[in-house]
Amino acid sequence: MVGGLDFSVVRENLPYFFLGRYPKGPLGGVALTLYLAVVSLVLSFLGGLILGLLSVSRNRLIKWGSTAVIQTIRGMPLLMVIFWMFFLLPAMLGSGMSADWTIITALTLFTSSYMSEIVRAGILGIPKGQMEAAVSTGLSHKQAMTYVILPQALRNMIPSFVNQFVSMIKDTSLAFIVGVSELTHIATQMNNRTMLYPTEIFLFIAVIYFIMCFAFTELSRWLERRSAWRKSI
Amino acid sequence: MIRFEGVHKWFGKLHVLNGINLHVRAGEVVVVCGPSGSGKSTLIRTINELEPIDEGKLFVDGTELSDPKMNINRLRAEIGFVFQQFNLYPHLSVLKNITLAPIKIRNTPPKEAGEQATALLERVGLVDKRDAYPSQLSGGQQQRVAIARGLAMKPKIMLFDEPTSALDPEMIGEVLQVMKDLALSGMTMIVVTHEMGFAREVAHRVIFMDNGTILEEAPPEEFFINPRHERAKQFLKQILSPMH
Repeated sequence: MVGGLDFSVVRENLPYFFLGRYPKGPLGGVALTLYLAVVSLVLSFLGGLILGLLSVSRNRLIKWGSTAVIQTIRGMPLLMVIFWMFFLLPAMLGSGMSADWTIITALTLFTSSYMSEIVRAGILGIPKGQMEAAVSTGLSHKQAMTYVILPQALRNMIPSFVNQFVSMIKDTSLAFIVGVSELTHIATQMNNRTMLYPTEIFLFIAVIYFIMCFAFTELSRWLERRSAWRKSI
Repeated sequence: MIRFEGVHKWFGKLHVLNGINLHVRAGEVVVVCGPSGSGKSTLIRTINELEPIDEGKLFVDGTELSDPKMNINRLRAEIGFVFQQFNLYPHLSVLKNITLAPIKIRNTPPKEAGEQATALLERVGLVDKRDAYPSQLSGGQQQRVAIARGLAMKPKIMLFDEPTSALDPEMIGEVLQVMKDLALSGMTMIVVTHEMGFAREVAHRVIFMDNGTILEEAPPEEFFINPRHERAKQFLKQILSPMH
């Protein structure tokens, strides 16, 4: 008992909170939250990079096309994107994907479009003398982008990336609405079943979310400190 | 080596290059001077097509720049360019700043490229800085590294866009010395600068520009002692004794 709260419901169901019905059933809980977050993180990093590069393309058609896609997705609530994926994809693909992949696709699309803006701003933020110097040595535009502009831009983007990813870790909680048994889903389930301990349950998962986000932020700070040229400035 | 034939360029309504005719021979050192906004930077930036020209013909090393078959990247590798703001890559060490282009373009093995870069650093007197990052160097040192980087592709032409204008006065000398050595080695050079001492000592020809046109073109001794154009006289007076 802590201040009138009874955490025994949490204690007794710890494996369920962390792993869901695994190993007897599918993976759930914190593990599934992390899985969704990490897979979406990797995919939306790539997606954001590609969309961002397209949006600074020198070809106007590509530039406008990608900007239109980005603006459309950015103009929708994430929940809408999830619903779209959930109802639209099965209609389009026939049987459709697993609920997990529906969420991953939705999160990836959504986060990629935000990330692409970070990438775009990062690239445009590099002084134009860098590109000029690189192409003056005979590097192609693409090579200059790869070896000179992007390495600098990506390092400048780290804080914004982290911001975006932390918010994505929390966004995985929206998966509960389509029945994916990640942490929030399990917490709601548990709460519906017991009815007596909502404070304890939701306090507990709040702490878990906080720990995940905090750990990720610290990890990225450490990565940032490691880049030698930043140290030297 | 470089030939401008009736070259024009506009920035919007501004006529930055107005009928430029100029021929620079191999091994020649040409200094371009003139008031700010006269088009001198634009002039040398057209040579490696950092600024494309709008009208006229421009031949560099036997190729015409507007030729659709021309490979601009290959041509640029033959032309070293040194900027006023150095523009070294801040995320790469001095050595990697120099070796990037040879490794990526010519597929020079990194070890060999490193040796060549070290030799270039020796030439500009900065061997001990090979592993430093640009931000750890003074302005003069950065500019010397930039010159070494410009030389890494073994170019036939070196272009300098006000290479000493962003430097503290005590660092100008070391950069000019490197440029002078380069000129004496027979490099074809076009230098936009207000360093009249350098022009007098090193240049074969001085070009004075104003309002997008070449007003005067003469050997330095003639240009400094007896400028023909009124605008050039004024300019020289201002630059040689700015207080009057």
